[in-house]
Amino acid sequence: MTSHASSAAADASIPPRTDRRQAGASGEPPAAPRRPGRRTGGAPGEPGLIAYAYVAPALVVFALFLLAPLVYAVQLSFYEWDGLGLGTWVGLDNYVAVFTDPELRAPFGHALVLVVFFSLLPVTFGMLLAALMTRTRVRGAGFFRTVLFLPQVVALTVVAVVWRQIYAPTGPLNDALRLVGLDGFARGWLGDRDWVLVAIGLVGTWVGTGLCTVLFLAGLSKVGRELYESSRLDGAGFWAELRFISLPSLRGELAVALTLTMVAALRTFDLVYVMTGGGPGNASRVPSYEVYDRAIQEGDVGTGITVALVLTVVILAATWLVNRIADDREAA
Amino acid sequence: MRTSRAERTTTYVVLVLAAMLALYPIGLILVKAVQPDAIGAASGVDLGNFAEAWDQGEFGSYLRTSVIVTACVVVGATLLSSLAGYAFGTMRFRGSTALFYLLLLGLMVPSEAVVIPLYFQLRSVGLLDTYTALVLPQIAQSLAFGTFWMRAYFRSTSREVVEAARLDGAGHLRIFWSILLPMGRPAVTTMMVLFFMWTWNEFLLPLVVIPSGDLLTAPLGLALFQGQYTAGTSLLAAGAVMVAFPVVVFYLFAQRHFIRGMVDGATKG
Repeated sequence: MTSHASSAAADASIPPRTDRRQAGASGEPPAAPRRPGRRTGGAPGEPGLIAYAYVAPALVVFALFLLAPLVYAVQLSFYEWDGLGLGTWVGLDNYVAVFTDPELRAPFGHALVLVVFFSLLPVTFGMLLAALMTRTRVRGAGFFRTVLFLPQVVALTVVAVVWRQIYAPTGPLNDALRLVGLDGFARGWLGDRDWVLVAIGLVGTWVGTGLCTVLFLAGLSKVGRELYESSRLDGAGFWAELRFISLPSLRGELAVALTLTMVAALRTFDLVYVMTGGGPGNASRVPSYEVYDRAIQEGDVGTGITVALVLTVVILAATWLVNRIADDREAA
Repeated sequence: MRTSRAERTTTYVVLVLAAMLALYPIGLILVKAVQPDAIGAASGVDLGNFAEAWDQGEFGSYLRTSVIVTACVVVGATLLSSLAGYAFGTMRFRGSTALFYLLLLGLMVPSEAVVIPLYFQLRSVGLLDTYTALVLPQIAQSLAFGTFWMRAYFRSTSREVVEAARLDGAGHLRIFWSILLPMGRPAVTTMMVLFFMWTWNEFLLPLVVIPSGDLLTAPLGLALFQGQYTAGTSLLAAGAVMVAFPVVVFYLFAQRHFIRGMVDGATKG
C-alpha cells in the first residue's frame, strides 16, 4: 500500500509534462535539413514498395476480420434470414421496421435514458471533482485519482455481478433505505419496470465519473496557474472560476468525455445481459442486446443486423455532432 | 494557491465521499468472497471459496483461456500495429493516406456491427469455438487504435537517429526493431496495457463466437456462473474477484500507463 501510494503521489505531477512533450513532438520532426527526394524516408534508390510489406499483415487481418464482416453486415441487412436456409431479399424492409416497429424503436429510447446517466451525470460530476481538485491543493491527489478511475478498469461483467447484489431485494441498498425509514422506496430495483433503467444507468455513472475526472484534471493542468492566481486576486469564488476559467479551457476534453461516455451508453451490452437480460418484460432491452437476441437467439438475422447498422450510424452521428459543436465554439 | 479553510474542508469531504462510493462495490465483493455462505457458519476470513470456484466453477479453465487469448492478442496486435505504424509514420508510399483512413474506420465502427456477420462467416469455415475466433477478430478490432498510436510515435522520432543508423548500414527492419521500437518503450507499454485491459474484459465477441461454451473466457464464465448458481453468492463473489483481479492488480502497478493511455489516446483521437 505504501509503495502504491507514494508512486501515485509522485506520479501526480507527471502526466501534464509528458503530455506536452509528446504533443509537441508529434508535430514536425526537429528541423533537419530537407533535401528533395529524401523526405520519403527511404534511402536513395530504395523502392517505396517495402512499406507495403510492413502494412500488409495488419491490413490482411483487418480486412478479413473487420472489413469483410462489415460488408457482409450491410448485405445481410437487405435480407430476411433465419441463419440456416436461404435468405429472402426484402430490400429496405428491415430498415423501415427499425423506424416503425415500436418493439424495435423502444431499445433506442432506452439507450437515450442511459445516455443521461452514463454521459451527462459523469461529465457533470467529473467536472466538479476536477475543479475542486485543481482549486485547492489536494494532498494525496494521486491517490484520489487512482481510486476514482478504478471502476473504469474492472470488467463490466464483474461490475454487473456486484451491482446486482447491491440492488437485490435484500441487498445493501434496500437495507440502507429501511434503516433511514424510507421503507416505501425499497424494492427489487432490477425487477421494477419503472426503475430498472435508472438502476442500470447509475452503474454507468459509477463507472464513468472517474474517467471524466481524470480527463478534466489533465485538461486543467494545462491551464496557466497565473490565470487562477489573478482571478483569485479579483475575488473569484469556486463557481465563478469554474464558469469563466475551467469550463472554457476544457472544451476539447469535454468533447472527448462526452463522446467516450455517449458511445459507451449507446453500446451498453454487458451490464444489461448480466443484470437483467433485457427485463423485466422488455423494459431494459437496449440496441446491442436487441442485436444479439434477434440475430443469434431468435434467428432473425436481417433485423438484428439492421439494428446494429442503425446503431452504428447513430453513434457516428452523435460523435460527429459533439465534435462539431466543440469545434464551432472553439472557432467562435 | 490558497483557499479558505472551509473550502478546503468541503473539498476533502467531497473527495473522500467520492472515493468511498468508488470503492464500496469493490470492497463489498471482496468481503463476500471471503465469507462462508452457510448461515450460522463461523464468520471470518475463509479462502475456501476461491478454491471451490476454481474447481467447481471451472474458473481455472476460464482463466487459462483468458490468459492464452490475451497474450496472443497483446503480442499480435502490438507487433502488427507497430509494423504498420512504422510504415505510416516514416515512409511515403502510394495510397498511404487512403489505407490509413481505412484502418481508422475500425476506431469508429462498433463491434456490434461486426460480430454477428463474423459469427456466420466463422461458422461457414468451421472456426467457431476456436482460439482463432477469439484472437484474430480481437486483434483486428485493436489495430485501428494501435496503428494510429504507433504512427504518432514513429512520426515523432528523430530523423537524425535514422539517418545515422542508415549510414552505418542498417536496413529498415533493423532500424525498426533494434533502434526505434526500443526507444519507444513508453508508448509501446501504454498501448499494450490498453490492449490487455480491452481483451481481458471483452464480453460480446467471446459470447458470440464460442457458442458451445467450450472455450469460455473469464468474464463469460462469470456470467454463466451467475446464471447457474443463484444461491451461492460467496462462490459468485470469489469468481468475480478472480476475473477482476489480474487487471486491477496490473492497474495499481501500471496506473500511470492506464490513465495516460486513456487520456492521450482519447485526445489524440
